Amino acid sequence: MAERIETRFAYGEALLELGRQRPEIVVLDADLYKSTRTVLFRDAFPDRFIDIGISEADMVSTAAGMAATGLIPYCNSFAVFITGLCYVPIRTQIAYPGLGVKLIGSSAGLTQGPDGASHQSLEDLALMRVLPNMAVISPADDLETRQATFAIADWPGPVYMRLGRYPVPRVLDASYRFQVGKAATVREEAGAEVVLFATGHMVWKALEAAEILARDHIAARVVNVSTVKPLDEAAVWQAAADVALAVTVEEHSIIGGLGSAVAECLSSRQGAPPLLRLGVRDRFGESGLADELLEKHGLQPDGISSSVRQRLAGREVNQP
Amino acid sequence: MSDTQLYRRLERLAAEMRWHIVRMMGPGKAHHFGGSLSAADVVTALYFYKMRYDPANPRWPARDRFLLSKGHAVPAQYAALAMLGVLALDELPTLKCLGSRLQGHPAMHLTPGLEGCTGALGEGLSYANGMALAGRILGQPFRVYCLLGDGELQEGQVWEAAMTASRHRLGTLTAIVDRNRLKAMDETDRSKLMDPLPERWASFGWAVREVDGHDIAAICQALDWATSPREQPSVIIANTVKGKGVSFLEGNPNFHNGIMTEEQYRAALAELAARRAELEEGG
Repeated sequence: MAERIETRFAYGEALLELGRQRPEIVVLDADLYKSTRTVLFRDAFPDRFIDIGISEADMVSTAAGMAATGLIPYCNSFAVFITGLCYVPIRTQIAYPGLGVKLIGSSAGLTQGPDGASHQSLEDLALMRVLPNMAVISPADDLETRQATFAIADWPGPVYMRLGRYPVPRVLDASYRFQVGKAATVREEAGAEVVLFATGHMVWKALEAAEILARDHIAARVVNVSTVKPLDEAAVWQAAADVALAVTVEEHSIIGGLGSAVAECLSSRQGAPPLLRLGVRDRFGESGLADELLEKHGLQPDGISSSVRQRLAGREVNQP
Repeated sequence: MSDTQLYRRLERLAAEMRWHIVRMMGPGKAHHFGGSLSAADVVTALYFYKMRYDPANPRWPARDRFLLSKGHAVPAQYAALAMLGVLALDELPTLKCLGSRLQGHPAMHLTPGLEGCTGALGEGLSYANGMALAGRILGQPFRVYCLLGDGELQEGQVWEAAMTASRHRLGTLTAIVDRNRLKAMDETDRSKLMDPLPERWASFGWAVREVDGHDIAAICQALDWATSPREQPSVIIANTVKGKGVSFLEGNPNFHNGIMTEEQYRAALAELAARRAELEEGG
């Protein structure tokens, strides 16, 4: 198997390079710089790095003041804290005026693993997606994380980017070019019967699920929706228009994240296929190994492919 | 200009500001009378005495910044900006009307002269820290002033920011607490123990001075003290009266966000106009 890399590691390295190129980049962290991998930036640019301490709201508000003064701040914490503990400061001070603060939520999703529900962010995409002006990005692998880290510096408004601590293989071609707001088909099959829309770590799982389905002679297209907002509605519709079933796969609540975004898009179109939303079904996580948790929630390739088969057979999908 | 002349001029400007505040609010609509009027003398001293500020160029990068953390008092800032010509005086009565750029709470992207979006209490001091830190990183020696309400100090983020500012030795930052001792419903002390307030700030690493927040000369002197070279951030606790300048509003928690009748409105404007006339006569 190809080398597997955690997206947070790709981010830390890209951020360091970005810091070398752009003197207006500043980085804030809330006592997690070794986990979030901003430690590399900290060591290289101590004058442009602030460990604000265990005070996430203070961090994002401080970053807003820095953005208003001409800097480009990258704020870092675990996804659950940087979205949840800071919600109103993000809303009032960053999203409302459209200040270009970059919020990086690390260790997101079930694959956070052993720390349990308090640390497993399954709502962050929903919380950020509902804010006007906010772009929401969930890269699939190390290549996309690296490109997105650079690209969001040039995106004029606020951004939330979701990263993980789960090693994933490279799923994108070397020729891939990330753009904010663009979804990309990563697996195409002639006569595709199903489209799997996936984001983050789940792009890899969806690709493996498509392999399993192919063995059963079910042709599946896979689309990487790394920008959950603004959703690439044209690409979503184009990929869904000719299939019998659309599926979303995310390591997040099925409420408010990718599943909701795609549902909102397809529900406004005539002749849209039925939609199956795979993810966490309105519940909290729990302690366990990342792979065990994905298995339990039906988000490993076997679980995804079997849900698709059940639904194509007209049965209710029996997910945990 | 002698000091006496200067302070008399500032007193006249503060009286004018109070008249504009009440005038723009008008009768029959709920407005934040109390906290806007209590802050008027501090806001006057900042804009008309202390800050390096060019009204012809409110985005001048080297300007001193005034961040109103107690965003509900923004009518005081709108009045100051209109008196300086950044806004038009005849725009003031559009306050909170549909389509106006004078929102109920500060919206930096809509209104020239505002430095941030506030309104949710407790977030402004962190933002002011961010501006001061950015000034340091960019090599811009501007100063940052942040006005907080005393009720606002009940928000925990204020104290996170207070620790950040002292840790980073933000000597270019001055916080001012509008200590009117009332919050939205009633006295600040009814919900949380607020005293001893100066000692609390001092223990967080701040240089502290307490003044009568309606004594213009004392406010100016405290601002000069605050901006003398120092490595610590400074805080001025301005003891004020909520609703200051209109007798039936003073100390009245019903006018934190209250509605004036037509009769009350006329009486308030008359009282404020009389004060202006008295100061004009006094030279």
